[in-house]
Amino acid sequence: MSSKRRKLDFKNGKVDLSHGSGGRAMAHLIAEVFHDSFSNEWLARGNDQAAFDVGQGRMVMTTDGYVISPLFFPGGNIGSLAVHGTINDVAMAGARPLYLSASFIIEEGFALADLKQIADAMGAAAREAGVPVITGDTKVVERGKADGVFISTTGIGVVPDGLDLSAEKAKVGDRVLLSGTLGDHGIAVMSQRTNMTFETDLLSDSAALHDLVAAMVATNGPGIRVMRDPTRGGLAATLNELAQQSGVGFRIAEESIPVRPAVAAACELLGLDPLNVANEGKLVAIVAPEAAEALLAAMRAHPLGKDAVDIGEVVEDDHRFVQMTTSFGGGRIVDWLSGEQLPRIC
Amino acid sequence: MKYVDEYRDGATARRLAEVIASEAAPGQHYRFMEFCGGHTHAISRYGIEDLLPRNIRMIHGPGCPVCVLPAGRIDMAIELAERPEVTLCVYGDLMRVPGSRRTSLLRAKADGADIRMIYSTLDAIRIAEQETQREVVFFAIGFETTTPPTAMAIRLAQKKQLGNFSIFCNHVLTPPAIQGILEGVDLGDPEQVALDGFVGPAHVSTVIGTRPYEFFAETFRKPVVIAGFEPLDVMQAILMLVRQVNDDRHEVENQYIRAVTRDGNQRAISEVADIFELREQFEWRGLGHLPHSGLRLKAAYAAFDAERRFDMPELTAADNPACECGAILRGVKKPVDCKLFGAVCTPENPMGSCMVSSEGACAAHWTYGRFRDIQQRKAS
Repeated sequence: MSSKRRKLDFKNGKVDLSHGSGGRAMAHLIAEVFHDSFSNEWLARGNDQAAFDVGQGRMVMTTDGYVISPLFFPGGNIGSLAVHGTINDVAMAGARPLYLSASFIIEEGFALADLKQIADAMGAAAREAGVPVITGDTKVVERGKADGVFISTTGIGVVPDGLDLSAEKAKVGDRVLLSGTLGDHGIAVMSQRTNMTFETDLLSDSAALHDLVAAMVATNGPGIRVMRDPTRGGLAATLNELAQQSGVGFRIAEESIPVRPAVAAACELLGLDPLNVANEGKLVAIVAPEAAEALLAAMRAHPLGKDAVDIGEVVEDDHRFVQMTTSFGGGRIVDWLSGEQLPRIC
Repeated sequence: MKYVDEYRDGATARRLAEVIASEAAPGQHYRFMEFCGGHTHAISRYGIEDLLPRNIRMIHGPGCPVCVLPAGRIDMAIELAERPEVTLCVYGDLMRVPGSRRTSLLRAKADGADIRMIYSTLDAIRIAEQETQREVVFFAIGFETTTPPTAMAIRLAQKKQLGNFSIFCNHVLTPPAIQGILEGVDLGDPEQVALDGFVGPAHVSTVIGTRPYEFFAETFRKPVVIAGFEPLDVMQAILMLVRQVNDDRHEVENQYIRAVTRDGNQRAISEVADIFELREQFEWRGLGHLPHSGLRLKAAYAAFDAERRFDMPELTAADNPACECGAILRGVKKPVDCKLFGAVCTPENPMGSCMVSSEGACAAHWTYGRFRDIQQRKAS
């Protein structure tokens, strides 16, 4: 889309209500920000929807809203996160993600430079993953009605034949595989909050996991019962959800769980537990015991799974507890987080 | 993590557990109260109970500032926050503490009160500087460890001539609470469990030193071991207490020599003494009104005292009659003895304060240890 009008002022310009009004200003914003950053054949056609052929197999679909604060963090921003997070939700079904849609709710006064930076990161993440953003929507709300920008993305993908991963499928004796270190994303984001006074060179682990998933599916798809990416609530929430949904318990070993020293130190300082901290580039796979070794090897052979470990097993438990043998030698429950994860006061 | 992992080493823990098991006399009961929530948390999180012989029982004491705050003080804070000109700055732990009539600061915030979660006293100062039209009140809470930072905030506010900053003071003192528990035991109060020794606070003692505990050890003939918050610190303190009991000694011993001295941090002590004075009495949830157990600002600092500045009425509220927080805080009952525990009182929906903070006896047991109740039920 070309325009004879003056280009958007990406240095000092701000989003105003006219950018969401449906008029010319909105067309400029969409063209110069989103089409420019996402550039693909579907968007280029300028329709209100995107048309594409559907391949063979079962489709999966997911949607997610991104409302993070701060918007920019070491290792990414809300744009790249909105791509990775939704791709990962599709991929956790064992599916190959195909397309994304994106909806933006922007607060009046938001800097155009920031919006462009976010859109660029989103476009780059989509291109790198090979999953284009093919349709979208933009709204502008009055100052105070949003916090900078909110993004919702929807993803669709296709599941290979014969694969049916689902949360109720964990069986007693199954192994629990974790693709890498815990807590990198949550701590990287927290380190940027204005009232947090610690510094770290830690980067978020935000990444699209579908390629790692494809490698696992190629190794032994039917051996995988269920996969989840432990985002908000961390590994603790993921395992508790699966315990409830499958009607089983888990027994994991603290010693086997990888945590970077910087994450461990920040958690120590803030009184947090790495098991509750969010990840955006990790997965947990519950797998049949006979498939565990080969799947673990396949994960370790992939750059996003090089630190993968077997952290424990599925056990029979009417109470559906997630129990952990501590590295100290005692036992404890790994529970859901209650309310917001907050630093302790003393 | 250097200087931390050393205190969490599993192999050392097993060796220490063997020594404790070999020295604990089979016919003897060892009932030790860890005063501090930090110790309660360490014991639960690392599963220390699994490493102790059956005749050593740890009783979780009242040393969690959020847990001992009575509902009336939360009601007072909510009333204050509901004033249109007030911005109330609080630590996150306090947000869900139940006041009376099922209220909390979290609900008051949802209803429109200007309540902000902060991470340090300096955040409150910064808000007061930036929003000069607001009356910024810091909800000051904690034992001797957190009082010096509050004192520092007042000094800073004074230096910056902040006319819109004050504190709602809820600072309390450790020694009067220990005395309250011990006097109950000493008088043979049936509501009190017999105690054979104390694991004394770590961080509190970095400020006040070990000297204030000497009085209890001597008067009540109870051993006290000041211990760090790492799990091996706690294990070592338990061993030191076992040895004192076996030798019929009742001394103040310092396990936490890497941070605690006999006289404490003199500068912090004098700063606090300069700004704060003792209240006649202060209400503790579970322990009642304890004399000289709370602090307030001296008259010279009245301008920074929200209770005076806003003429806040003193509120008291009865706890839920079925809630056993009081008996649990005194070590008389265990969390499972409470009818509400796990039924209607959970960390998501706390009825009593012991369920709110992760350092509370009930929350720690629910979050980390409730599988043991099932093991015990099966065993019996």
